[in-house]
Amino acid sequence: MVPQEAVSTEAGLSLSASARRLLEAFRWMLTARLLDEKLAAMYRAGKIHGGVFLGKGQEALSVALGQALRPTDIYAPLIRDGAGRLAFGETIVDALRTCLGSPKGPMRARDGNVHRGRPREGCLPMISHLGAMISTVGGMLLARRIRGEKGAVGATCIGDGGVSTGAFHEAVNLAAIEKLPLVVVIANNHYAYSTPIEKQFAGKSLVDKAVGYGVEGCSVDGTDLVACCQVVRGAIRRARDGAGPQLIVGELLRLCGHGEHDDAGYIDERLKNSPVGRDCVEVAAQKLRAMGIIKPDTVREFKAAIAGEIEIAVQLVEKEGGPDPFSHDWCALSTRTLADPPLL
Amino acid sequence: MPLTYLNAIREAQYHLLKTDPRVLIYGQDVGQFGGAFKATKGLAEMFPDRVLDAPISEDAIVGTTIGAAVEGLRPIVEMQFADFSTVGFNQIVNHAGAFFWRTNVPVPITVRLPSGGTSGGGPFHSQSLEAVYAHYPGLIVMTPATVEDAYAMLLEAVKIDDPVIFCEHKYLYYHLKADALPSQSLPAGKARVARIGRDMTVVTYSAMLHEVFEVADELTNEDIQLEIIDLRTVKPLDTDTVMASVARTGRLLCVAEAWPWGGVAAEVVARIAAEGFHLLDAPPMRVNAKDTPIPYHPALWSVHRPTARSILLAVRNLLQI
Repeated sequence: MVPQEAVSTEAGLSLSASARRLLEAFRWMLTARLLDEKLAAMYRAGKIHGGVFLGKGQEALSVALGQALRPTDIYAPLIRDGAGRLAFGETIVDALRTCLGSPKGPMRARDGNVHRGRPREGCLPMISHLGAMISTVGGMLLARRIRGEKGAVGATCIGDGGVSTGAFHEAVNLAAIEKLPLVVVIANNHYAYSTPIEKQFAGKSLVDKAVGYGVEGCSVDGTDLVACCQVVRGAIRRARDGAGPQLIVGELLRLCGHGEHDDAGYIDERLKNSPVGRDCVEVAAQKLRAMGIIKPDTVREFKAAIAGEIEIAVQLVEKEGGPDPFSHDWCALSTRTLADPPLL
Repeated sequence: MPLTYLNAIREAQYHLLKTDPRVLIYGQDVGQFGGAFKATKGLAEMFPDRVLDAPISEDAIVGTTIGAAVEGLRPIVEMQFADFSTVGFNQIVNHAGAFFWRTNVPVPITVRLPSGGTSGGGPFHSQSLEAVYAHYPGLIVMTPATVEDAYAMLLEAVKIDDPVIFCEHKYLYYHLKADALPSQSLPAGKARVARIGRDMTVVTYSAMLHEVFEVADELTNEDIQLEIIDLRTVKPLDTDTVMASVARTGRLLCVAEAWPWGGVAAEVVARIAAEGFHLLDAPPMRVNAKDTPIPYHPALWSVHRPTARSILLAVRNLLQI
């Protein structure tokens, strides 16, 4: 994690609390963007096995959620939530260890890329089957309720494709019935892999789903950091105060392929040139500059500092190497005595 | 009053709720109504915060209990019928089954599957899915065949830190009775030699145990002795107990109510053929249900699944080889 001082020494010290939060969020966005760029470069250099999936264009919405949560809350980020993860407390080293397959990472080379988390610290590692994490976050909230613990919020993210799944429907419906303090952020990035939203849902807006489930819903311009922070914080506050599940739909555009193997040639030029196609990092920089929160040099200074942090982490993780398949523990159970005998 | 297999399951859940505040029961109609088969009868009144009705959402039901287990609870899911667990299949096999391997955090959920055929059950209320779940790593699959095991193994399932698929047989719910609940039992993963015999090892589990017993009784008149192994837990598979028996008898027949392809019976045959080939005097054989959906009409159903009659034929054939 970036020390708090980094923000205060590099930028103005005399900011209000809300301005400082925006500044911090902006720095996480830049960190996520630069880390993504580093991962993409390493992927192209053949240093990363499997895929690399970036969050370009979704940093504002993602960071708004990760930052608004408390460390004792529950968070199940999805594929494009690098910024939210950092803001919630994931380290650059954890991310790199997972992407590079270091046995020292939280997934110990058993799972990779975006499939990372630390359940004991409230961060669930996603499975690829979309919608599955929602009910699991709900179950963690239910357990806390049963134990008599109050005050925690659970949050998870999904896209315009994931909301088509039965798992999404079942989980949001269940959370509504139980009135769980659950926040579901839908990033409508207009494409599920190559499939445009016209082939994903027929309704006017995804936020209209909220009415059907009997939960509160709101929309936000997902390219606008300030708006995202405001809307997400409001939803989290309402969930924490007992208003039940909250659905947030952020309108934005994925500014990259589904993964780095995908050139995204299918994305409509008209969308790219429309307001949803704006780069949220640039929008945030302009807005924060206009608000007097960052100075003309801040972006450059932040980038230089972040690049250094990433480089140190890369050097550390690259030295760790990969797992040893021969000394690996090939037991899928925690109860070792109940493992099926291996074949002779 | 004698206790049925169903009573045993209800009693085990009562005991678990009473003795362990981490235990939660979640499923459709399990609350006030007491469950489709009354396996949770009266429990919601006693434990209103921990016996909860769920919407018809098998995926979300299992997903919810995974989250609850990560938070330290010991949830029991009641599927209304094993057949419907396929709607929650993804959460069971890809999420619960892989969770410990991926994160080092165990997921102690128990998923109760009212399994197997009953007369008139038809294609979607009769299935035996133990092999499907056993196929996936990270899951333990229990198939109790007796009242005593239904009780003791359910208690054990909830104590195990890993996900347990508890296949309880609906045919045994009311048919099977015992005088008292057991105070001790074999541990999970251990098969039981249910009957000692000289001429052939018959490996089975769940309701088929009783069909095999019928065959063994019938054959005693002809001085043919079957050694019957009740697997109890199909995963892990107690190959040692089976192998030791085959070493004594030289013949192996596996009987399972499930479909044949890639089943538990096929797995037992494969392991004994590979590791105990030298012990066999005849090819290892198996009896399974027919490879069709499960028929509704009793006249068809009684031929679709293995019965004492079809098992007897298989035993006679194998003895002649």
